[in-house]
Amino acid sequence: MSLKLGVPSKGRLMDKTFDWFDKRGIRLSRSGSDREYAGVVEGIDDVSLVLLSAGEIPRELAAGRIHLGVTGTDLVQEKLPLWEQQVKEIAALGFGHADLILAVPRAWVDVETLDDLDAVAAAFRAHHGHRLRIATKYHRLVRDFLRAGGVADYMLVDSQGATEGTVKNTTAEAVADITSTGETLRANHLKLLGDGVILHSQATLWRSRIAVFSDTERAALERMLQRLAAIP
Amino acid sequence: MPDRKAVLARAAELRAHFEGAGALAVEPPILQPAETLLDLYGEDIRARAYVTSDAMRGEQMLRPDFTVPVVQMHMMQGAEPARYTYAGTVFRRQEHDAERANEYVQVGYEVFDRDDPAGADAEVFARISEAVAGLSLRAATGDIGILMAAVRGLSTTEARKAALMRHIWRPRRFRALLDRFARRLPEPAGRVALLEAADPFAEAGTLIGKRSRAEIEARIEALRADAAAAPIAEHQLAALETLLSVRETAPYALQHLRDIAVDLPDLTPALDRLTARLEAMDARGVDVQRLDFEASYGRTSMEYYDGFVFGFYAEARPGLPPIASGGRYDALTRRLGRGAEIPAVGGVLRPGLMLELEGTA
Repeated sequence: MSLKLGVPSKGRLMDKTFDWFDKRGIRLSRSGSDREYAGVVEGIDDVSLVLLSAGEIPRELAAGRIHLGVTGTDLVQEKLPLWEQQVKEIAALGFGHADLILAVPRAWVDVETLDDLDAVAAAFRAHHGHRLRIATKYHRLVRDFLRAGGVADYMLVDSQGATEGTVKNTTAEAVADITSTGETLRANHLKLLGDGVILHSQATLWRSRIAVFSDTERAALERMLQRLAAIP
Repeated sequence: MPDRKAVLARAAELRAHFEGAGALAVEPPILQPAETLLDLYGEDIRARAYVTSDAMRGEQMLRPDFTVPVVQMHMMQGAEPARYTYAGTVFRRQEHDAERANEYVQVGYEVFDRDDPAGADAEVFARISEAVAGLSLRAATGDIGILMAAVRGLSTTEARKAALMRHIWRPRRFRALLDRFARRLPEPAGRVALLEAADPFAEAGTLIGKRSRAEIEARIEALRADAAAAPIAEHQLAALETLLSVRETAPYALQHLRDIAVDLPDLTPALDRLTARLEAMDARGVDVQRLDFEASYGRTSMEYYDGFVFGFYAEARPGLPPIASGGRYDALTRRLGRGAEIPAVGGVLRPGLMLELEGTA
C-alpha cells in the first residue's frame, strides 16, 4: 500500500496546498472531472492523494486512515481530545492564517478584558434571567479558554455560519470565531477583547501517530520528509 | 478493574447498611433535564457530563451525580427530617484523562435536617467513615462556610464581597479579584481613560445586541464607585491569606482560626459551628485529635458545597480519585427549592475503588 496524504478537497486551501507541495517537487492534482474527489501524485513514489473536507482530516488522522494530512491547527485542537497524542506537526505551511478570537459589541466601552466580560456576564444574568450567550462552532476550545480565564455565567450557542451576525440578530451577546482580518468584526460593530485571542491557527501538515506504516509506507514517508527538509 | 457484578453486589450491601441506619432508598432517573444542571454549574458541566437530546424534551444529561435529583425529589415531596440512600451508576465525560472512569457506581447517604446541623454533619461523616474503615484511608476535612464568613466579614463594599463570593470555587480568579480590590495590581490601561472620559460613548459607534446602553452606563457607574472605594485593608487581607493556608489537625486548626478571628470577627459564628461539629464527631467516636483540617479543602472540585466538606484518600495510591467524599449543600436546596430551603449534608462512596483497594477484584 502507499502512503496516504489527506488534502482539503476544494477552494484556496487546496490550491495553496498543491502549490506548497509543487515547490518541493511533489505535484498533486485532481484527476478527472471536478466533481470526482480522486487525486494524482507525481514526483514521488508510493504516495497517494486523498481529497477530503478540511473538517474531516483531523478525524481521519486520529483514526489512522490517512498517514499525513493538511488542515488547520484550529480544527485539530477543536476536534481531537489530547491531540498531541494523536498527531504530530510536521510543517506549518505559512498560509491559511486565522485566529480564533472572542469579540463583543464595540459599543461595550466598559469591556476590554476577560475580567470585564465575566463581571458583565454576572450582571447580564441577573438583569435578563439567562446566561450571556456566546455564539461559536468551536465549543471545546472556547469552553477551555473561558474556564482558564475564570469566566462564569455564560452559555455557548451553536453557530455554524454567519456567526458575526448573531449579536445584531440578538441570538447571542458575544461571538467566538475564526477571523483572518479585523474587517469582518468592524463591519459587524464588534471588537476583539484585549486578551481574547484563543488560538493562532494556520494550515499545517500533520502526521498521524495512530496510523500503521508498512515498510513501503515508511520508506515513502522518509522520502517525503527529506524532500520537505530540502526547502524549509 | 473489579468485575461489575462484584461492584454492584458491594453497592447493594452498602445501601442496605444505610437503610438499616434509617435511610429511605431512592432511585432517581438516569436522564436529567440539562437545563437545571446548566443553570447550577454553568457551561463547564458540558465538559464533565454527557449530553443527549430528543425532540420532545430537549437536552438531557446522563446524571453526573445523585445529589441534584435527590434534592429535587425531597423538595417536591419529602417529609422532614429525612435520610436517603441510593446506589447506581453515574456518568462523567472525560476530555483530558483517558485513564479516569467515565461511568462508575456510587452509593450515597444524604440527611435533610433543620434542627442539628452539627449532629447531621457528624452523622454523615461517621457513617461514611465506618463504611471505609479497614482500607487505611486518610480523611481530609474542611469548611467552605468559614471562608464564606471571612469574605462576608471584610470591611469593603457589598459589590466586592458579591464578586468574591461568586468566585469562591475558582481559587485563581478569587486571588485575582482580591489583588484588584487591594489595589495590588495596576488598573487595566483603558479603565482610567474610560472613567475620566467626558463622554465614554464618543467612540462607541452603533450599539447592537440585547445588552442596553442603560446596562453599560450602570456598569460604568459601578466601576466609578469601585475606583472611589478604599482598598481592602492590609491586615484583613493578611488574615484571609493566613486563613486559606491553615492546614493542621482539627484542634490546632481551630485554635489558629480563633486567632485569625481577631482580625475577622465575623468568623466567630462559623468557628462556633466548627467547634460544635468537632464535639458531635467526637461523641460519635471519630478521633478528632488526629483529624486533618484544611481551610482551602473543597474549593476546586465541589462547587455546590458551602459548609463542611470531606474526602477519603488512599495514600498509597495517589493517582486514585477520592474513595469517598461529601459535604453540606444548604445553598443548593435553596436554589432548587423554588422558595423553600432545608439544610442538607451527604456523602458518596465508590464501591469499585473500595474493591480495587481490597484486592478482591
